[in-house]
Amino acid sequence: MSVLVGKDTRVVFQGITGSAGSFHAAQCIAYGTQVVAGCTPNRGGEVFEATGPQGPVKVPVFDTVSEAVTQTGANTSCIFVPPLGAADAILEAIDAGCELVVAITEGIPVMDMIKVRRALETSRAKLIGPNCPGIITPGACKIGIMPGHIHMPGRIGVVSKSGTLTYEAVGQLTALGLGQSTCIGIGGDPVAGLDFIDCLKLFNDDPDTDAVIMMGEIGGNAEESAAAWIKKHMKKPVAGFIAGVTAPPGKRMGHAGAIISGGKGTAKEKIAALQEAGVKVAPTPAEMGATLKSLL
Amino acid sequence: MKIHEYQGKQILAKYGIPIPKGVAAFSADEAEAAAKELIAATGSEVCVVKAQIHAGGRGKGGGVKVVKGAAAVKETAAKMLGMQLVTHQTGPEGQKVRRLYVEQGLDIKRELYVGMVVDRERRRVALMASTEGGVEIEEVAEKQPEKILTEHIDPLLGLAPFQARKLAYGLQVGKGSPDPKGTVAQFVKTVMALGKAFEKEDCSLCEINPLVITGDGRVVALDAKVNFDDNAEGRHPEWAELMDRDEEDPVELEAKAVGLSYVSLDGNIGCLVNGAGLAMSTMDIIKHYGGEPANFLDVGGGANKDQVTKAFKMILSSDKVKGIFVNIFGGIMKCDVIAEGIVAATKELGLTVPLVVRLEGTNVEKGKQILESSGLAIQPATTMADGAKAIVAAVS
Repeated sequence: MSVLVGKDTRVVFQGITGSAGSFHAAQCIAYGTQVVAGCTPNRGGEVFEATGPQGPVKVPVFDTVSEAVTQTGANTSCIFVPPLGAADAILEAIDAGCELVVAITEGIPVMDMIKVRRALETSRAKLIGPNCPGIITPGACKIGIMPGHIHMPGRIGVVSKSGTLTYEAVGQLTALGLGQSTCIGIGGDPVAGLDFIDCLKLFNDDPDTDAVIMMGEIGGNAEESAAAWIKKHMKKPVAGFIAGVTAPPGKRMGHAGAIISGGKGTAKEKIAALQEAGVKVAPTPAEMGATLKSLL
Repeated sequence: MKIHEYQGKQILAKYGIPIPKGVAAFSADEAEAAAKELIAATGSEVCVVKAQIHAGGRGKGGGVKVVKGAAAVKETAAKMLGMQLVTHQTGPEGQKVRRLYVEQGLDIKRELYVGMVVDRERRRVALMASTEGGVEIEEVAEKQPEKILTEHIDPLLGLAPFQARKLAYGLQVGKGSPDPKGTVAQFVKTVMALGKAFEKEDCSLCEINPLVITGDGRVVALDAKVNFDDNAEGRHPEWAELMDRDEEDPVELEAKAVGLSYVSLDGNIGCLVNGAGLAMSTMDIIKHYGGEPANFLDVGGGANKDQVTKAFKMILSSDKVKGIFVNIFGGIMKCDVIAEGIVAATKELGLTVPLVVRLEGTNVEKGKQILESSGLAIQPATTMADGAKAIVAAVS
């Protein structure tokens, strides 16, 4: 009925005692996510209290992720640790045996992320992010910072580099009556976890996803690689949008990865590659939902 | 973050990379004194005067001059300081020269290229080397890609000496040297040091172009382009001193200081948006309907009222802005916080241009109420497209 996360996902929040971590842990619990543990060094033994759909929830806090996993059966981590400690937090979650790590933190040094990627090569864990809104299977599990109420359970897969642009697309889909199977924000950093192709594969194999919408942006060539993969393997219709047609070269547009350098990574090239692969690209960000609908 | 050539060289020297003797100078007199010092130390009259700006291609634009004697250095420096140096990286208006670097001249036999960069596709740091130094490497990459040798670095192992040797023999660095073995050894040592510097200093780019081999077979970094990964600023307090504020857009710096992401553009429609992707898309849709954005401004996910106020004031105080489009899809960002910021900023600076506001998401009703009761002349819009059309119509 979805990919990566669902009703059975058991989440440990790393950084649950921080201001952002506690706020969003509470939001996720209110949405119905099973947040079973928190982790903050030196805060083990405390209890985090919040309110879920069925009433009050008490979440035990541990000093290490390993303890949290052993004692609560957590299988997924959500990371709200400040940037300079975040890579270490991801490594800790991988080491503790979490199958999925969702890193929300923005501003992790790229050298740290290169090491994390290297650790992932010899692990079965999957990483989403960093610098992303997280992942949501509407009606079942929300891990991240997206507003839950704009989503609706359904059969459209959503994958995107940008947070608020994803909300915009989801808002349009919901308004058109098109619910979502799972929405994955992969983040806009130059070195990150799951990429477009990883997510497209998951949606392609998911019997409960009928079509996919992907939102990319300038910088790198992940969109071009995705286009090549779609052309060869994708069995389901794909709609797309690329942000940054008007972005000037050499300027970082918010995200560390969103930069046109050496004439590469322009929106035009990406749109052309996607169209060549049969993806229907929305002409404006106001038409993302309608473009997807036209494919059904 | 970018730094100057002379600053980059000082960093490389710290790791043991040989650099020519040189002195930074901020006036023609300082340049003359620097030249005298160099001539006394090296016994050679040949000096190089190099303009220090954060852009490549300085030589072609007249920012690098080889001259003989301290008097000639002073004269050249006087001409170079204050000039608008135009290169392929500065844009047509060029960049004003405020600093110089005076360096000893060398007997150059060969010019090589060595550079390191993050390879996004491989998720590794790539080390590149080429026999085609001293020219634009992008051009070599396009026209003669076989002339660039690349090694990827395993982050757990670090750069291995065998990789540096592969490059040394691949480029035949010993060829033509009076001491081929010594030249190979120096090249390997230099490349290993570069690998270490890149990691320890949290670089996003590190280029030596050219890395020269002198007539007597020595390996020397004749140029240095070092860019830092902005995300690592927190663990490099020393970067604050390396920053040259003259080279940065003052508005962008001001924005950064309060945690906003701002980029100046050429149009006349000011934009205030939350989220980088939505901010870029907002620029795109304005352009789609025939308008021109004046800026990219991402107030981020969790901005408070003060940040929004600051952001809105930055847009209001720009002369080129003839209209403003606020496009918010509130997630963590609450619409009422945005509305309060807008009202606070306009109270202080007044509102003389059309303002179109599109609010969606968390606390949208509260936000709309605040704007309505403020008495400001605001055109509300329900969708991105409506908002973009309205602001384009209002400014044209």
